[in-house]
Amino acid sequence: MTQKHNHIISTIVEHKPGVLYNVSNLFRCRGFNIDNISVGPAEEVGLARMTIMVRGDDRTIEQVIKQLNKLIDVIKVTRLDPEHIVTRELALIKVNAPNSKARSDIINYADIFRARVVDVSSESLMIELTGTSDKIDAFISLMKPFVVKEVARTGITALSRGAKSVKIDE
Amino acid sequence: MAKMTGAKALIESLKREKVDVMFGISGGALLPIHDVLYDSGIRHILARHEQGAAHAADGYARASGRAGVCMATSGPGATNIVTGLANAYLDSSPVIALTGQVNTYSANSSYMIGRDAFQEADIIGITTPITKYNVQVKSAAEIPKAVRMTFHIATTGRPGPALIDIPKDTQTAKAEMDFSDNLQIRGYKPNIEPHPLQIKKAVKLLLKAERPMILAGGGVNISNASPELLQLAELLMTPVATTFMGKSCFPENHPLSIGNIGMHGTMLANKMILEADVLLAVGTRFQDRSTGTLDTFCPDATIIHVDIDAAEIGKNVDVDVPIVADAKTTLKLIHQQLVNKIKKKGDDNAWVKRVKEVKDKYLSEMDLGKGKLTSPKLLRELRKLLPENAIIATEVGQNQMWAALHFQTIKPRTFISSGGLGTMGFGFPASLGAKVARPECPVVDIAGDGSFRMTEQELGTSVTEDIPVIVVVLNNSVLGMVAQWQRLFYKSRYAAVKLGTVPDFAKLAQAYGAEGVRIGSLDEFSDAVKKALKCEVTTVIDVPINPEDDVFPMVPPGKGLKDTVVGL
Repeated sequence: MTQKHNHIISTIVEHKPGVLYNVSNLFRCRGFNIDNISVGPAEEVGLARMTIMVRGDDRTIEQVIKQLNKLIDVIKVTRLDPEHIVTRELALIKVNAPNSKARSDIINYADIFRARVVDVSSESLMIELTGTSDKIDAFISLMKPFVVKEVARTGITALSRGAKSVKIDE
Repeated sequence: MAKMTGAKALIESLKREKVDVMFGISGGALLPIHDVLYDSGIRHILARHEQGAAHAADGYARASGRAGVCMATSGPGATNIVTGLANAYLDSSPVIALTGQVNTYSANSSYMIGRDAFQEADIIGITTPITKYNVQVKSAAEIPKAVRMTFHIATTGRPGPALIDIPKDTQTAKAEMDFSDNLQIRGYKPNIEPHPLQIKKAVKLLLKAERPMILAGGGVNISNASPELLQLAELLMTPVATTFMGKSCFPENHPLSIGNIGMHGTMLANKMILEADVLLAVGTRFQDRSTGTLDTFCPDATIIHVDIDAAEIGKNVDVDVPIVADAKTTLKLIHQQLVNKIKKKGDDNAWVKRVKEVKDKYLSEMDLGKGKLTSPKLLRELRKLLPENAIIATEVGQNQMWAALHFQTIKPRTFISSGGLGTMGFGFPASLGAKVARPECPVVDIAGDGSFRMTEQELGTSVTEDIPVIVVVLNNSVLGMVAQWQRLFYKSRYAAVKLGTVPDFAKLAQAYGAEGVRIGSLDEFSDAVKKALKCEVTTVIDVPINPEDDVFPMVPPGKGLKDTVVGL
């Protein structure tokens, strides 16, 4: 048994209703765990890219890929090499900021993380932050003393570096 | 182009797929389709329960090698075919289900999808994990393409069941229809041709093998690869074991046949497969009931695994030479490459001799049970009474395992049984489907009294639709296989297995207008079968057997093939 790791699988699927259900259902039926999934339109009209983070050993990941390939609406499945990818996640974080001291501290931290303040009220600030998941984790833990009211994270999306692309073979 | 209704387009599309028969039950959401079907020339066989229709379509598919079509109305009709689809899914059978559905849209009533309308069920959601493909059409114009795609996907590559859900308003709406054949499915390209390099590796291994063995699975039946398998086995003088689903793909009266492996495989096959040094496994998924515990399955063999489904390679067993391709094509290629390299081996090599020796030993020791009328004896007698092309269907449980062990199959696609899902009640409706597909072959359902009761109402279908088969009920008044496990592993505490001696199966058959007879000896059985073969209606032969009879050999649960025992 090899060790369990996080793996990122990039898939190109038909962009139509039911595909997300088919994919998530496959994971449930076969007992695979999705850590994280993000979906959006891909470069071509009619196609979507699903980026799925799965935890498992090599045998499990191989099965995940093969089973995904069997779905009719899944067109291409690629396991991304963690050494050669860019991963990003976007987070919106609402933090308590009842006074000017707290507000200025939070804004200072946000600057250091290249985050942006996107909403201000007399009681709170909303920060938008993009980066790797680690970076977002770090920022959220820095915000803890101010009391984090709400967090919305998109989940990881990823592409491999360089000119090569995950495309459909015609 | 003239416009036509969705219902008309559906029937036209089915005709283009060469469908001439379907099994089903109508209902509100299917009325427009049945109205077109009425004078379409396609035979609609009215089942008595939708599960029966689905199993009959499955039996039709397995006997003919073509898609079997079943139809059910929305809601309960559709959910009643679920077991049939799950069954077909695990045995890779191309069953195509057409289901009615409530309207996609209704301006002035709530009879529409998503409103929990009368007889609405989310059959797409329900059947997604148990179909190879399913689709709900959203407009009449989509119907021809949906049918073309569904038939193509269900019958190619690794076959499997598929479902088309057809809302009622799309059946009645008119549209211009495009029946063109041109189909581009970007996400579906089954691999038929094997990789030449992998064939080379396989050939090299088989050439230097001292104790080669072929394990043939259901894939050999499905791809009609029996002639190629026979040719290769005879060239290499390789013993051939089959999985349960592979039964009938290799003639069991052939000297190289060693029977089924598995939990209730033959002693011979379970023993000899472990001695192989090179195992060529074709069209099998190494299911747990076949292999026993994996760590003791063929530990010393180099394994070549041929399967058309890449996901089966390495799923359960680590293999040395994976070949993702069609069984027929691959076996033919391996034979082609070997035939120039070796002379046909004689039967005097040490391995073949050893296999024959062990075979003779087990044959002489074989226990057919105490008493004059036991299931093994009866099944061996039945073989003598039937022509080689006779088709056997089975129910599930002891009857099924006895049939696998003791009824020798000779021609491909003559053994139809629920291997993967183990569906009691499958055999009888499947036998009707098989008879419709191959009317020239006698068809016999080997049943237990427990299983037969689950779909016995299809006697009505058999009589009114004029589909005569023979049902042999091995009647022990108990759910036999469960009782066997209770006897062996639960201190004979027979919880929830005793069925009593009701009904009288002969009278039950007669009530339906079929023939029914209860027999008490092998001679009477033989007479009854001879008479049934000539009979114009279905005959149910009720055979009382001892409820304490066990199926052996057996690999006890959690054990390996090496632990096969002939008694506990």
